[in-house]
Amino acid sequence: MSATPSLAPILSIDGARKAFGGLVAVNDVSFDVREGELVGLIGPNGSGKTTMLNLISGALRPTSGTISLAGARISGRPAHAIARQGVARTFQLVRILPSMTALENVMAGAVFGHARTWGDDARHVAVALLDRVGLAGRGDAMTGAMTYIDHKRLELARALASNPRLLLLDEWLAGLNPSELKLGIELIRELRADGRTIIMVEHVMDAIRSLCDRCVVMSSGVKIADGDVADVLTRPEVVSAYLGDDDA
Amino acid sequence: MTPLLATVTRKEARIALFGAAALAVAATLPLFDTGFYLSLALNVAMYVVLCTAWTLFSGPTHYISLASAAFFGIGTYSVALGIDTLPFPLLVAVGFVASAALAGLVGIATLRLSGVYFVIFTLGLAELVRQVVTWAQTNFTHGVGLYVFTDFTETHIYWMLLALAAIVYVTGWLVNRSRLGFALRIIGNDETVARHVGIDTARAKVLLFMISGGFIGIVGACLAPRFAYVEPPSAFNPMISFQVVIMALLGGTGRLWAPLLGVIPFTILFDQVSAYFPNHTSLVIGIAFMAVVYLLPRGVIGFVDDMRRLKKRFRIVLVEDEGALGKERAS
Repeated sequence: MSATPSLAPILSIDGARKAFGGLVAVNDVSFDVREGELVGLIGPNGSGKTTMLNLISGALRPTSGTISLAGARISGRPAHAIARQGVARTFQLVRILPSMTALENVMAGAVFGHARTWGDDARHVAVALLDRVGLAGRGDAMTGAMTYIDHKRLELARALASNPRLLLLDEWLAGLNPSELKLGIELIRELRADGRTIIMVEHVMDAIRSLCDRCVVMSSGVKIADGDVADVLTRPEVVSAYLGDDDA
Repeated sequence: MTPLLATVTRKEARIALFGAAALAVAATLPLFDTGFYLSLALNVAMYVVLCTAWTLFSGPTHYISLASAAFFGIGTYSVALGIDTLPFPLLVAVGFVASAALAGLVGIATLRLSGVYFVIFTLGLAELVRQVVTWAQTNFTHGVGLYVFTDFTETHIYWMLLALAAIVYVTGWLVNRSRLGFALRIIGNDETVARHVGIDTARAKVLLFMISGGFIGIVGACLAPRFAYVEPPSAFNPMISFQVVIMALLGGTGRLWAPLLGVIPFTILFDQVSAYFPNHTSLVIGIAFMAVVYLLPRGVIGFVDDMRRLKKRFRIVLVEDEGALGKERAS
């Protein structure tokens, strides 16, 4: 099944702003994400990308502006309510439940999130997803004995287990070696082919180029570009945001 | 509460059978002695229920509550206030509801507090409730105490506590295999993840704090007839809060039955200390608390687990050595 983005936006961000005292981390940013789209959210370090994801997932409340998921306002609601509405995420610094098995880690997503399954249903979902992310047969493994990429895979499986309407990936490809990176990109490509709607914050430009339909560029909390990847990356304001004015 | 697995595993069935047998044996004690040993066993049974109920909440969440005395006292007072007008079982139910309600209020107000702030708040709460009850009694009634006359002997109270222990264990087991139990394990691991997978963390914690507090209230209600004369310093005795924490930590909080390993030795020790050094019990409690924290930070159960793991590792090393020897011989 190839992804054909429909016209209805699944996520609408309208004038989202987050200020920490005098520091404005996200400054009146607006953009829409349509169903089935894979949007890259890029920008130099400290440009507010992760804060933007935190506003969508409910980890932080916006100072002003509205964020809606499929028409229903989610901004200002607690993170657990937003998760049940259908937003799932991974974290920039991987968060694994250390005292639980791999299977239980994934079941956590299936039991409490958007899907809310229980018992054998949750177990079946988790087993299938472990298989999907390349951890087949590792369900009983304790997470302490797993490698970094396996933790990343596990976190992705946990996010997918709730069958989210919107998946947020926060530098999911960061820290992988070249061969792992290839596997990682392939995995995200498959998710996209399934018709998942994804926003990925990423520094790996090759991944952005080969995966994304569209990308949104942020710099110092402001959205400076939004559009087709190849086009956006050559715009002078984007190049200068990354490299500085002198080099542009 | 929908069970995670509809079936009971063999191991669980074995534990249940063993537990039921142990309870049945314990229940025969009054047939042999109704003096010193029954009194001691009654204390053990009381603290087993208190510590297990306390661990239901504090085990998975790692929040140390010093409010046990408040819940206990409310249970005791529910019985003391109504014993002349209402039947005893109803008063026990009132004790449960009243202390669960207090736990709910405290939970909503404080579970956003973390670490030491929560500990101090719960300690202050127990003291506050005691002062309020004392104030109410001196201003609105004739004396500071209440008489509780019933036909219950120590044997009856002991049997009630054993039955309550069974109920608390079954409840704990049901919670552990419910959504609520699964949610609390995730919260204990990483609260941020818990929120982002869709768990209402505040609701889960408050709910469990209410179950835990309610059971502590029932213990207080069952113990009221033993006091005969109930007054605030005995019903809301802060020593109860501290002893519950010490015993539960000594046993370990990782497993439902682990507090048992702390309650039995500590109750016996405390009994001996108060018999031989009646003026220095606080001193001994203090030393015991420090010893537990320094020597057994994860309790007896943690120590047992460590020993098992060491033994297992030792065995693996032995097997590997034998494997290597075998290869050498073959080549």
